[in-house]
Amino acid sequence: MTAGITPDAEVIGERGEHLYFALRNPKVVIGLTVVTALLLLGVFGPFFVSADPNEYIGPKSTAPSGEYWLGTTYFGQDVFAQFVHGLRSSYVVGGLGGGIAFVIGLSVGFTAGYRGGIVDELLNMLTNVVLVLPALAVLIVISSYLEVRGVIAQGIIIGLFSWPWVARAVRAQSLTLRNRDYVDLARLTGKRAPQIILKEIMPNMASYLLMTVILLFGGAILFAAMLDFIGLGPTDAVSLGTMMQQSMAWSSLHLGLWWWFVPPGMAITAIVGSLYITNVGLDEVFNPKLREM
Amino acid sequence: MLELENVWKSYRVGALGSKRLTAVRDVSFAIAPGEVLSVVGESGSGKTTIGKMVLQLISVTNGSIRLNGEDITAARHSRRKAYYRRVQGVFQDPFSSYNPIFKADRVLETVRESFFPESKRSEWDGKVERTLLSVGLDPGAVLRKYPHQLSGGQLQRMLIARALLLDIEVLVADEIISMLDASTRIDVLNLLGGLKQRGLGVLFITHDLSLANYISERVIIMRHGAVVEMGATGKVFGDPRHPYSRNLLASVPQLHRKWSDAPTELEALEPDGDRDIAPPPLREVDEDHWAAIGP
Ligand SMILES: Nc1ncnc2c1ncn2[C@@H]1O[C@H](COP(=O)(O)OP(=O)(O)OP(=O)(O)O)[C@@H](O)[C@H]1O
Ligand SMILES: [Mg+2]
Repeated sequence: MTAGITPDAEVIGERGEHLYFALRNPKVVIGLTVVTALLLLGVFGPFFVSADPNEYIGPKSTAPSGEYWLGTTYFGQDVFAQFVHGLRSSYVVGGLGGGIAFVIGLSVGFTAGYRGGIVDELLNMLTNVVLVLPALAVLIVISSYLEVRGVIAQGIIIGLFSWPWVARAVRAQSLTLRNRDYVDLARLTGKRAPQIILKEIMPNMASYLLMTVILLFGGAILFAAMLDFIGLGPTDAVSLGTMMQQSMAWSSLHLGLWWWFVPPGMAITAIVGSLYITNVGLDEVFNPKLREM
Repeated sequence: MLELENVWKSYRVGALGSKRLTAVRDVSFAIAPGEVLSVVGESGSGKTTIGKMVLQLISVTNGSIRLNGEDITAARHSRRKAYYRRVQGVFQDPFSSYNPIFKADRVLETVRESFFPESKRSEWDGKVERTLLSVGLDPGAVLRKYPHQLSGGQLQRMLIARALLLDIEVLVADEIISMLDASTRIDVLNLLGGLKQRGLGVLFITHDLSLANYISERVIIMRHGAVVEMGATGKVFGDPRHPYSRNLLASVPQLHRKWSDAPTELEALEPDGDRDIAPPPLREVDEDHWAAIGP
């Protein structure tokens, strides 16, 4: 009967403490700094460069210089301009894809876990179907079907396919949490299901949900880069993935145009890597057992 | 005041609700104001299920539950909320009854949020203080604390206080003291005794016969989801008619008897049969004393 009491009890009164440890955890600090720095570059950078990053503005294939910070492409496009626009696209895809997956995953997971019964079984079936769908194959089909592909469409498609693991985890957690007596007590206070989920169940999962958001965000960026790289990226915009794809298509590696593919490759690695590092750091913050002494 | 009439409960179990488990079978009883009614019986006999149905936390499969003549089964949310002003519950595990990440007095605050949004802060705080005092708690010692900083007894009292903030008529107390130590137990039990003097009806669910005997006017003995015997506490415990009741009473460990003494002889009982057919009917064997035995 007493089982299950202690794990929760550990959490108590640690909210301020969490922030304290988070700001002192080097992984969290480094990770967030890198992600934020690149975000700022993506948000504000485009205002200082040409609005059309595909414009042919200068000499072809020049190395980085004072005038063209990251050099120019084989066609004479400004790589820096493409880079900051690409950063922006990547963040948009990450935010949109991750956000959509988060919302769907949470709604499905909480509904299934809280309602239980037949609703749960149907939603669980749906989750498993989407989970085993070869997402990449489906995305390739959808993406090649769309004539004009934008960053937004890409984000939405990615979001629609990456929610199942969130739904499963949220369902499993709310299945246990809804059997706590405080949920019954909230019902005896006249609270409705959405309020109970929001105010009684979700706060108990806050750390987990935060980490989920981060992983979904990073996952969406990586997935988008992969689609871009195999030529299914946005047709009307530049992204980090399409930059790499273009540079490979025009054999920049052989021509020695390293400034064309290194910046986008590094940026994707840095963003996704930093997000994962942040996550590991947050794990240490939320699990005191992992904290380094 | 609160009446159950031929109440049945079947849980759906198995894939897509393919099977049924009948947990409560044809139970009828009533609680009068100022009365403590104990429900006793072995584990799995359906006691908690009855409490949850009375609290409308789970649906009633068949039959009806009435409060002052008004049928409350399948009530909609607004009516249910009105019902909770009059009927409240306290559960077994004090630590599970509080959300561990919030302060314990939040259970009192949510009552204000839901039922008394218009009440003035100072008035409400005064009411909370008086109610806490009335359940034997020192407001200064229990307010603004996290659940893990309070004892099980304090937590259970605070839940009783929470119920008393509403003008309840019926309190469902499901094993509320089984996780407390013996001396705290008797305090909380006496607190329940005080409630009946205020005219509350208490549905006291327990598997401890001596507690039932101590506190209640009337008692119900359940087995396999059905009532086997019920009536005035003195009669049921003093002159048990059903073999199961006799076994139950014989198995209560006594303070001055040791395991090594001669073992108690238990009577043979009927096995659990088809739960979907009506259980043997109760027969009045004495005034306010019914048992499910043949004539
Ligand atoms: N949500 C549920 N779904 C399916 N079966 C359930 C559910 N809750 C209870 N049961 C079953 O109903 C029967 C009665 O359970 P209940 O909890 O009412 O027993 P109880 O008398 O309170 O037992 P205890 O003394 O152990 O608390 C048990 O067989 C139990 O397995
Ligand atoms: Mg029980």
